[in-house]
Amino acid sequence: MFPNSLIQKFTFIPAFVTTQNLQPHGLRSLRCIETSDFFCIYNLQCRLAGHIMSEMGFAFMSAEMKRSYYEDIQPLKGWPARVWFVVLVAVLVAVPFVIKSYYVYVLSLMAVNVIVALGMNLLVGNTGHISLGHAGFVAIGAYTTVLLISGAGVVFPVALVAGGLIAAAFGFILGIPALRLEGPYLAIATLGFGIAVTIIIGRVELFGGHMGLIVPKPEIAGIDFSGDRALYYLVMGIAMLMGFAMRNILKSRLGRAFHSVRDSDIAAATLGVNVARYKTLSFAISAFYAGVAGGLWAFVLGFINPGLFSFVLSILFLATVVVGGLGTILGSVLGAVVITFLNLQAESIQHVPVIGEVLIWISQNFMTVSGLPNVSWIFTGLILILIVIFEPLGLYGIWIRIKIYWRTWPF
Amino acid sequence: MISQIILSGLAIGSVYALMALAMSITYKASEIPNFAQGEMAMISTYIAYVLLVVQGISFFWAFIFALLFALVLGLALEFVFIRRAKEPNLLNLIIITLGFQMMLYGLAGWKWGADQRRLRMPFSETETYDLGGGVVVSQLGLATIGTAVVLMLIIWLFLRFTKLGLAMKASQQNAMAARINGIRTNRILSLSFGISSVVGAIAGMMVAPVTTLDPGMMWDPLLKGFAAAVLGGLTSLGGVVVGGYLLGVIENLFGFYISLEFKSVVAFLIIVIVLYVRPSGLFGRHYVRKV
Repeated sequence: MFPNSLIQKFTFIPAFVTTQNLQPHGLRSLRCIETSDFFCIYNLQCRLAGHIMSEMGFAFMSAEMKRSYYEDIQPLKGWPARVWFVVLVAVLVAVPFVIKSYYVYVLSLMAVNVIVALGMNLLVGNTGHISLGHAGFVAIGAYTTVLLISGAGVVFPVALVAGGLIAAAFGFILGIPALRLEGPYLAIATLGFGIAVTIIIGRVELFGGHMGLIVPKPEIAGIDFSGDRALYYLVMGIAMLMGFAMRNILKSRLGRAFHSVRDSDIAAATLGVNVARYKTLSFAISAFYAGVAGGLWAFVLGFINPGLFSFVLSILFLATVVVGGLGTILGSVLGAVVITFLNLQAESIQHVPVIGEVLIWISQNFMTVSGLPNVSWIFTGLILILIVIFEPLGLYGIWIRIKIYWRTWPF
Repeated sequence: MISQIILSGLAIGSVYALMALAMSITYKASEIPNFAQGEMAMISTYIAYVLLVVQGISFFWAFIFALLFALVLGLALEFVFIRRAKEPNLLNLIIITLGFQMMLYGLAGWKWGADQRRLRMPFSETETYDLGGGVVVSQLGLATIGTAVVLMLIIWLFLRFTKLGLAMKASQQNAMAARINGIRTNRILSLSFGISSVVGAIAGMMVAPVTTLDPGMMWDPLLKGFAAAVLGGLTSLGGVVVGGYLLGVIENLFGFYISLEFKSVVAFLIIVIVLYVRPSGLFGRHYVRKV
């Protein structure tokens, strides 16, 4: 039917077919697609199969054919991806000139949370560990960075990396008991760590006690980055860099090792993956991301105190990755953007036209007016629950569904 | 002196033990650590407060109605949210309980504000009994310990000797086999959420007079209770009770002899160390996973 050379050219290794494998115990959703002679209709079949499978409620079968290893790891494959990337960068560069300075600050916060979510997702989504203590790592990163700059006079980039590394060291230490723990046992161990960090920071003089510390100006080579816009570019640049690094980690041998540990650590061990090493490593990398994000967060906020790094923050980080979509980079980004926005904007819900008036009426008649800001908690909680109930794969699942719908559009 | 500290440790320990027991009941039934437990207890305590102070009902009936409310709240959590989860896995279910917790916290803050109120109990905190040898116990402390012990006995008898308790045990051990034998495992799950909510509410009503009644009052008991449950081994009901009392006593001893400031850290430190040595807690059975 086809010239031989063509068939040879398109012979590929099924193992490299990437499925967007999101299930925590993902064996069910892993499929390999065989080559067939009917190559010309293969692509269509594959698309249809993906559509049907997703309709049937299977994991998303947006399998793409890969002909070589390089294609699997290549960033920005195909011209649409490149064009969209350029558009994205252009928008991100232009946006601070268009919007109000408060929203530039919001975007910086989102970028910081994206960094935490990336690290968190590596741990929770890709390696399959739960952590309720990530606020602790963020706190360690923030305090190390600030103290190194204001106390020891270290330059900003070095202090930022040092903050990340110290957090990573703590992550490694916490990873050691994590080797033997799972589920709620691991949850309580990490939770204890997070709370202990906050309490110790609040009680020790060096860390400024409950009053916290004033953050110095971020300076790189004499350039002051303390303006809203400048800080935004700095944070966003670092976030993109770290997102790219995370993508490379996940696509490499390291990432595959993490996935194998998540899906079955026993099977991974029999295949020669050093489970202990990769589990602690995922804690360390995750903590590194949290630490760097902590350093940046300190500069975005302008001050730090122990109250910022409470248990609620850890919960929000966990909610971010679950709401965004476990084990995917896009999921981390979406989750961080949505949760940050909710967290900041939910408090102004009484200013929304109709809902706000109803809420004010309810609070005057049944509730208390002074307690009205607490409504934001109700909304945040409700949105978390609804997303988890109706879209277990998170916002990423919604995104993929839209994508698949349009890809197979006429059908 | 040391026996005095141990005694007050036992009083706070019985609150931890009750929260741990509540945690453990739902955990055994569904493998979900229910983070909404504390807030459910807090809301039920507020209901008791409203009935007692605002409506002016007698203490006994306020207590009973609050417990009924707690039961309904627990059933509602399971029926409205947890049962609806499309693909229930541990992480999603934890997020559901955390979301429910946020909702309840917001609701309480909206209705009652952040004002600190006092729940008046028929037991006073200032009236004390001398047990001899300089050991003094307040009426409230005695009531707390007594209630906790009685409640634990009731739960033990319930699980051991009633048909419903046996059905709960059966569906925990093997849900499929239980269903084949005609047990409605869904309802049993609901019920275990309800019962644990009632146990939590009793703990809440014992905390409220000691601290104050405000929306954040159950944070600390919840986390300590969770920690105690893990310390004792989540799956063993006897174990979590021992874990609760142990935590209360150790915490108090540490607070008195070494440092009051780092009292709350030591609880979690102990847990990390214990888990490092015994990954399933002190009394939990280490389950072996099949490949």
